[in-house]
Amino acid sequence: MVIAVASGKGGTGKTTIAVGIAIVTARCQLLDCDVEEPNAHLFLRPDITQTEVVTIPVPQVDQARCTLCGHCGEACQFHAIAVMGRQVLVFPELCHGCGACALACPEAAIREVPRPVGVVESGSAGQIAFVQGRLNVGEPMATPVIRAVKAHLDSTRLTIIDAAPGTACPVVEAVKGSDFCLLVTEPTPFGLSDLRMAVEVMEKLHLASGVVINRSGEGDEATEEFCRSTGLPLLGRIPFDRRVAEAYAHGQHPVHVVPEFARRLEDIVARTLDCAQRRPQ
Amino acid sequence: MKELVVISGKGGTGKTTLLGSFAALAGRSVIADCDVDAPDLYLLLHPEIEHQEEFRAGKLAVIDRERCTGCGRCAEVCRFDAITADFSVEPLNCEGCGACRVVCPVEAVELRENTAGDWFRGQTKYGPMVYARLRPSEENSGKLVVLVRKEARAWAEGVGIELLLTDGPPGIGCPVIASIGNADLALIVTEPTPSGVHDLERALALCRHFNVPAMVCVNKFDLNPDLDGEIRAFCHSAEVAVTESIPFDDSVPRAIGQGLPLVEFGDGPASRVIARVWREAQRELMGGMT
Repeated sequence: MVIAVASGKGGTGKTTIAVGIAIVTARCQLLDCDVEEPNAHLFLRPDITQTEVVTIPVPQVDQARCTLCGHCGEACQFHAIAVMGRQVLVFPELCHGCGACALACPEAAIREVPRPVGVVESGSAGQIAFVQGRLNVGEPMATPVIRAVKAHLDSTRLTIIDAAPGTACPVVEAVKGSDFCLLVTEPTPFGLSDLRMAVEVMEKLHLASGVVINRSGEGDEATEEFCRSTGLPLLGRIPFDRRVAEAYAHGQHPVHVVPEFARRLEDIVARTLDCAQRRPQ
Repeated sequence: MKELVVISGKGGTGKTTLLGSFAALAGRSVIADCDVDAPDLYLLLHPEIEHQEEFRAGKLAVIDRERCTGCGRCAEVCRFDAITADFSVEPLNCEGCGACRVVCPVEAVELRENTAGDWFRGQTKYGPMVYARLRPSEENSGKLVVLVRKEARAWAEGVGIELLLTDGPPGIGCPVIASIGNADLALIVTEPTPSGVHDLERALALCRHFNVPAMVCVNKFDLNPDLDGEIRAFCHSAEVAVTESIPFDDSVPRAIGQGLPLVEFGDGPASRVIARVWREAQRELMGGMT
């Protein structure tokens, strides 16, 4: 079973909760798919035993064969290749690695060569199997790295996916194919506005989901009302507690420091698994 | 014109709280919300929308069933698993690259332009504002950011406002790159947590990579004063300007609840420091270092 943890708004506690679930369920796999800013390792401190470079294929033009016909530039939807004067220019950071230019070239003058965009690191933290992606700084496209992380998915275990914030393509790439998505929010108008957008993504993906209110307390009512009106299960609440914030700030997972936090999280895990197993197909 | 962009690496460090307060303190500026897949600044600044427009970007392949002979060339070349077994296109997987169209022997594939979002222009108490909303699960957030900044800049030029305040998205990927390019100053908001430090380093590296001057601000510094000290020392040794650190303040969620910039909500500890941080950022923006 695959459980994704996502949120529209950043900083609502996705990573804390994803890592917390991994700790309380122990024999599972955690995939950190927030490849722009992977943070789960800071709390799990895994032994990394394997590192692989993620590449995308980008065109290399054999100028001797090229007749400057321009078919490559017409085929490319991303302005990553174009005939300029008497040569063909390639803009590798715009290239999506689709291969359309090579297919369009009538002279077979385009060869595709791998260009590194990030790394995938895997290892373990106790009984938790751990995989994370890391996008190279300056690279715009996170999705190839996320795909490479998800290629490590182990279907024999419970897998937890930590997604990036937002509602755009990196989130879709991270959560799609999951059995259930846990949406972490905070009880402010920011949290609710971004939760609404995240729920629209879940609907578009036909992905069953439920809500956790983190730092709950003042202002929960609007989120509760939203859950009621959309029929989303409220999987639990984690009350605001400065000790949780301080444990996090000191690099300790709050599960180990604040017993109340651990209890709440165990309930959330039980309810999540229950919802995920009962979800209508 | 000078543009200040607030970014963070890690989400939820307080970008929007800070930028909303800056807008109130600046009095008159043009404001751009470039966090297009989680735009929240409008909830503090309440723009009255004057203009709204669809944002069209990217393509989606559509296969004409009448023409399709089921030869399967499209599925062979598609690298994004977007062609289903019955030769239709799964829009969520389609990258819009058109490789399928290149190889289709009977011209059954059409690339259709996609509506990826909506953008808005309106007036706030503190000046004109441009913001946008990416439609759920869409791509092209970077292009939408470029559009928001271009519109904001054009508006500022039109009405003769010399200051552009831009709220950036979290992360270091395409929408962040699109938010910081050619900005006069990127204020990176972080927090004294291991994640905050890790993400700050990557955000700083990004600014260096694109030659954007950076300044650092530590928010909620008293959650771990030692780590705050380490971040400040790191900035000094890396010759990166760093503002006064902002204390944790539980009036922040309450101000958001009231829909007010923090500095307009009350005179709490964070609010007082933010007023000084704004002056420091302003000095840096006006070329204190050059």
